[in-house]
Amino acid sequence: MLSYILRRLVATVPVMLIVAVLVFLMLRLTPGDPAAIIAGDNANTEQVALIRTRLGLDQPIFVQFFIWLGNILRGDFGESFFFKKTVAELILGRLEPTLSLALFTIVIAVAVAVPLGVLAAYKQGTWIDRIVMGFSVMGFSVPVFVIGYGLIYLFAIKLNWVPVQGYQPLAQGFGGFIHRLILPSVTLAVIYIALIARMTRASVLEVLGEDYIRTARAKGQVEIKILFRHALKNAAVPIVTVIGLGIALLIGGVVVTESVYTIPGLGRLTVDAVLARDYPTIQAVILLFSLVYVLINLAVDLLYTLLDPRIRY
Amino acid sequence: MQGEPVLDIRSLTVRLPGGADRMNAVEEVSLSVHRNEIVCIVGESGSGKSVTAFTVMGLLPKGILVPTGGEVLLEGEDVLKATPQRLRDLRGTRMAMIFQEPMTALNPVLTIGDQVDEVLRIHTQLGPRERKAKVIDIMASIRLPDPERLFDAYPHQISGGQRQRIMIAAALVLDPALLIADEPTTALDVTTQAQILALIKDLQRRRGTGVLFITHDFGVVAEIADRVVVMQNGRVVEQGPAEAVLRRPTQPYTRMLIEAVPSLEPKPRAAIAGPVAVETVGLSKIYGGGGLFKKERTVRAADNVNLAVRRGETLGIVGESGSGKTTVARCIARLIAPSSGAIRLKDADIASLPERRLRPYRRRIQVVFQDPYRSLNPRRTVGASIIEGPMNFGLSERDALDRARSLLRLVGLSPDALERYPHQFSGGQRQRIAIARALAMEPDVLIADEAVSALDVSVQAQVLDLLDDIKRRFDLAVLFITHDLRVAAQICDRIMVMEKGIVVEDGPTHRVFNAPEHPYTRALLDAAPGRGFGFGKAA
Repeated sequence: MLSYILRRLVATVPVMLIVAVLVFLMLRLTPGDPAAIIAGDNANTEQVALIRTRLGLDQPIFVQFFIWLGNILRGDFGESFFFKKTVAELILGRLEPTLSLALFTIVIAVAVAVPLGVLAAYKQGTWIDRIVMGFSVMGFSVPVFVIGYGLIYLFAIKLNWVPVQGYQPLAQGFGGFIHRLILPSVTLAVIYIALIARMTRASVLEVLGEDYIRTARAKGQVEIKILFRHALKNAAVPIVTVIGLGIALLIGGVVVTESVYTIPGLGRLTVDAVLARDYPTIQAVILLFSLVYVLINLAVDLLYTLLDPRIRY
Repeated sequence: MQGEPVLDIRSLTVRLPGGADRMNAVEEVSLSVHRNEIVCIVGESGSGKSVTAFTVMGLLPKGILVPTGGEVLLEGEDVLKATPQRLRDLRGTRMAMIFQEPMTALNPVLTIGDQVDEVLRIHTQLGPRERKAKVIDIMASIRLPDPERLFDAYPHQISGGQRQRIMIAAALVLDPALLIADEPTTALDVTTQAQILALIKDLQRRRGTGVLFITHDFGVVAEIADRVVVMQNGRVVEQGPAEAVLRRPTQPYTRMLIEAVPSLEPKPRAAIAGPVAVETVGLSKIYGGGGLFKKERTVRAADNVNLAVRRGETLGIVGESGSGKTTVARCIARLIAPSSGAIRLKDADIASLPERRLRPYRRRIQVVFQDPYRSLNPRRTVGASIIEGPMNFGLSERDALDRARSLLRLVGLSPDALERYPHQFSGGQRQRIAIARALAMEPDVLIADEAVSALDVSVQAQVLDLLDDIKRRFDLAVLFITHDLRVAAQICDRIMVMEKGIVVEDGPTHRVFNAPEHPYTRALLDAAPGRGFGFGKAA
């Protein structure tokens, strides 16, 4: 087991290296010159060239790459072209909102979706099942920003229950933190609820046909325990897989949601950095995201062994 | 038998959903089980025997099978009128059930101890320590080795026989008055089956339990039943004391079933002198080998197997699960690659040929598999399945279809079966289709891998006749893989007995059956259910 985890962690190194190369090359292949953006509309070519030299952008690409890579290996992610801070500072400052949003979203999604999916499977073919599945199709089809603005209109503007937008750090009090976080999290959770509920339903439905479910009934077990004790744990592997994928996909969703609710998180940072062609920041954020992605996958694989004793690495 | 019966079923009728081939799954069924008595319901698939059992437990699929008449009295209480809550209370305490597939009847993600303990948690107020003591106690009484250690084991870590013991433990832990056993030994090896039957009988005698035992196997009936109920198409055909029903059946259907049970005594057969069609020399298959980080662990699934099958001859390989008999068959058909040894077919050694050079030999060896419900592609017509092979080897579609039509007629099906899909046929018909498919390739060697094991006895007898007939007609070499000694006795010219990958005995069938040399062969023969009864003597 331990050797498996070690092997998997070692295996992340080449993955990260490939990501680094791809990100670096792709950024430099996209049109747009960071020096020109920093210099502004009124700058002349000499000023732009000066800035370019200062940023090291006049060097050949592979020289730039190895300087960057060398710095990363020393733990230095460079300085943002645009925000006049080190990239590390910048990301650390934006980490809390994004992390809170992502975690809260996935907690809501799982807490709502799994029971809904189990219920739909148990009531297969009834109107309850149809409502859950209908909601699920809707959750898939409506874009995040539509749901976001719809919820803002209803809960912030009409009912006035929550603020329209903004973020309050956890350090300033839990109440205010949750109060401002709830609407964006729900917005973001909708699609994951749809996804996870569907997967839960399908997976539980399959397990409910198994012989050991019949055995549990023959023992006189009550339905609720049959569903959650016997069925759900057996159905868990595909559900956990989807939740893991969901967390990874959340990163993309966070970008839009943070923009809609003006939350100063990594998603906003990414958008701003892309608009400003802020190479060091974009590279670092994407590297971070892909590391998270790889680690989530590892966590999901390890979780399998807890859920199913037959799976051993 | 005296006193009030534990279970009294009175003219029970259970309705089938509309569109089925008959109105009722079970019609006007009456039977009873007394304390300290084993009643066997015996019948072929579709006879309604399992439906009857599930009705008693209240486990019928809701809304699909509905009891419409009669009473099911459990110690005088009608379970058909019981509320769901009351039914749950009765299950596990007054009545309990064990099932056919011990492999799937236990929850794979919960420990064994936990699953026995569950019954106590549901139905008693005992504390954790008392419960554990009681679980260990019942696990010891079903003769499980080291119950303390097995308590925390998971189902996949123990054998099939042990799993069935655990099911029995969970069923009997609260001493129910009635135990329903639905084909509990059908999926087990003969030696394990003999042990489980003995265990059920022993526990039943000691606890005075009434047992309703569902089976399709008259051998098992002869071993265990006090009384027998014969069912056909949802009705009780005949019932009475076991001895009377088995020795002097009054109904033609019962007589037919008993006569269809193959005899354990093979007829002497003349040695076959045809040319050798396929031969293995030192054939071995080794699984595993360990990874970079793991310890090396290997399984010798087949170890130095030497065999030869002549044209016109049926060689039987018998053995229990894990004996390697199927591995040998798969190697010979080159569905898997052997680790070492030679497989001589004609003048070639196909043991290690790469796929491209193997192809011309593929059609010479064809296989009929065990499960006729899974070996035919459900989305393709029977015709498409049969002609695919010959067309791969260059036959035109018209010629392939002609051949398919005549083969279907040969295996006893109408040629218009070509246009239909596998689900429109019964198990026995599907197996005939599978045989026709194999024959369409015009093979030299036919491998039948447990080809009649999933079939009812009456159908089994017909398919065995068919196999024997085509062997003679096409001068085939047949390799017949089976765990069923009765079947082997009937059809095989020679027998090879395998245990743990090794051939322990081989010889002419009547010699192996009448004068077994190896202790394992003797153990297998002794474990055959109904051995003392002498089925098929008259036939």
